[in-house]
Amino acid sequence: MLSSLRTGVQGLWRVSARSLQTTSALQHDSLFVHRDTPEDNSSIPFEFSPANQKRIDALLAIYPEGHKRGAMIPLLDLAQRQNGGWLPISAMHKVAEILNLPRMRVYEVATFYTMFIRRPIGKYHVQVCTTTPCWLRGSDAVLKAIVEATGCQVGGNSPCGKFSVSEVECLGACVNAPMVQVNDDYYEDLTVEDTKEIIEKLKKDEKPKPGPRSGRFAAEPLGGLTSLTEEPTGPGYGLQDALKA
Amino acid sequence: MAGALARVIQGSKTQLGIIGPLANLNNVPVRYQQTQAPPAKAKYGPLADADRIFTNLYGRHEWRLKGALARGDWYKTKEILLKGTDWIVNEMKTSGLRGRGGAGFPTGMKWSFMNKPSDGRPKYLVVNADEGEPGTCKDREIMRHDPHKLVEGCLIAGRAMGAQAAYIYIRGEFYNEASNLQVAIAEAYQAGLIGKNACGSGYDFDVFVHRGAGAYICGEETALIESIEGKQGKPRLKPPFPADVGLFGCPTTVNNVETIAVAPTICRRGGKWFSSFGRTRNSGTKLFNISGHVNTPCTVEEEMSIPLKELIERHAGGVTGGWDNLLAIIPGGSSTPLIPKDVCETVLMDFDGLVAAQTSLGTAAIIVMDKSTDIVKAIARLIMFYKHESCGQCTPCREGVSWMNKIIYRFVDGNASPKEIDMLWEISKQIEGHTICALGDGAAWPVQGLIRHFRPELERRMQEYAAAHGPSKAERLY
Repeated sequence: MLSSLRTGVQGLWRVSARSLQTTSALQHDSLFVHRDTPEDNSSIPFEFSPANQKRIDALLAIYPEGHKRGAMIPLLDLAQRQNGGWLPISAMHKVAEILNLPRMRVYEVATFYTMFIRRPIGKYHVQVCTTTPCWLRGSDAVLKAIVEATGCQVGGNSPCGKFSVSEVECLGACVNAPMVQVNDDYYEDLTVEDTKEIIEKLKKDEKPKPGPRSGRFAAEPLGGLTSLTEEPTGPGYGLQDALKA
Repeated sequence: MAGALARVIQGSKTQLGIIGPLANLNNVPVRYQQTQAPPAKAKYGPLADADRIFTNLYGRHEWRLKGALARGDWYKTKEILLKGTDWIVNEMKTSGLRGRGGAGFPTGMKWSFMNKPSDGRPKYLVVNADEGEPGTCKDREIMRHDPHKLVEGCLIAGRAMGAQAAYIYIRGEFYNEASNLQVAIAEAYQAGLIGKNACGSGYDFDVFVHRGAGAYICGEETALIESIEGKQGKPRLKPPFPADVGLFGCPTTVNNVETIAVAPTICRRGGKWFSSFGRTRNSGTKLFNISGHVNTPCTVEEEMSIPLKELIERHAGGVTGGWDNLLAIIPGGSSTPLIPKDVCETVLMDFDGLVAAQTSLGTAAIIVMDKSTDIVKAIARLIMFYKHESCGQCTPCREGVSWMNKIIYRFVDGNASPKEIDMLWEISKQIEGHTICALGDGAAWPVQGLIRHFRPELERRMQEYAAAHGPSKAERLY
């Protein structure tokens, strides 16, 4: 009797517990749907600049006839660059018009790829890699320093409007960890001091020198090469017999 | 993402046996399913500088055409092209080169799939430069410091499969690397090395660069093809394989940057030369990325089958705080299961050696973690990566990886029940192999590695949490 009561109560408890388990509403960094805002709505006209028109022709030329849709990602990227680093809905409409596609096909692509940013962002988009290899070498401290120095929240814009900070997944410079990407440039081998210095320079609109900060040139071991110390071999070194003639 | 994830790696011995005849040097009959270890050299590595393929890995020399010519690129390319398809494919087969993107599929065989009788459709070569596997940064060094090796490789690989053009899909974040590559391609066009009548061989071949826009999943070959076609990067069901229906509906081969970039040197110096490095079926040289808790993280080209310990001590200056401070190593990029210190002592860095240690070579991106590491947090962060990068097409991966993420982040604090360890294991097993592409597998393996080797640590945290806060909610519920 008592035990069946207990099972019943436990059953109830389970039901209520399951109902608390919900899937999170947002599984992406940004909202998938478009919301009209004064800065971003379909009544704002968008035209590619004459220089970019030429680039569009060059981009379209590399895809075979009937598959011009392949140029969608390059064109969206071009539109985003022209528009100061973010992609308004009218630019997507323009790309759909150029490629002669339903607008939906462009929305699909623009929401799928993380490099298309569909909200106004600052002049300097600081992307901090926090995936395991960078995290092991102190990316948390770098991120904290950037948040403090710029006054942005992660995923937001700074009050001055100059900076946007995002936490991103692996940027592919793991042996130079920790690293951040500012617009197109990688800043590698960072310490908290280096990070602050970079942000200070950007505040003054100076361009800090990209690349590793530890004194090395690229991905070689710091403090002396362990390989490739000899001069590279020249043409024909070790040529196999079949090619000797 | 690279085929680091591809399932071939988990292949049975029969699958590995396929590679036997390709790497068979002395015409000794090969026994498939052999139980005996293949004949071994006494010692693997270090490699002599004269035997390194990527001689400008560190960017100390000129990367443009003039520098590339001085380092021996584009030397006798015409003669190689004129040798014809079969000769090139045979050299690749002799060399025993296995795909460098992670799956380790024999390259010579992959290329030979393209030489079916033509049905009039053009053929394409696609180069996968969408390097995004955490820990991996080898292709970046090739593209910014040795781009001509890649361009020449495209031409030779294209000739071997009769392709009319190559598309190099480079991840969008690599803006400067893409410009270097674009400059190299422009130089090659101007010098008549590619384009119409490439190198004077009478063969027309184009090379195009396509920049991506930030999606790890586009490193999967069919997702990459979708992405070049201007769609969402969602992997296609196979079959049909890309060699039948690939880019723009035409036969296509997708290869990693490193695989393509070593091809010209293999053709010049001979497949036999390449296969003299490393153990049988694991031959060649390989770029290794050593990141994490080492004194001097670096990218280095070494002989395959070099012992992991020697690799780290020689090139990366050793583990921070000495070898005894080592906790665990992820040997092949984020999707491969970690191995604890006692395995790291002896393991050889090649496909077979790491499969024997229940992990895989992947992209040979070594992530070292010393004893100061919160190992559960490190793996949890990787699962968050996979949750973020799942394309959302298959339910087991989309939902399962989110569940794993939720559970494992509770494990970090110990706010969980020991029974949930088995539950997590089961979820990972239900994801693995039940998805279209191998991203699901890649997300499941790190968790399995953690549970396999660090279960006591997980249990200890749960006990500690229970002692401090009383039984966790999970303990009360399940």
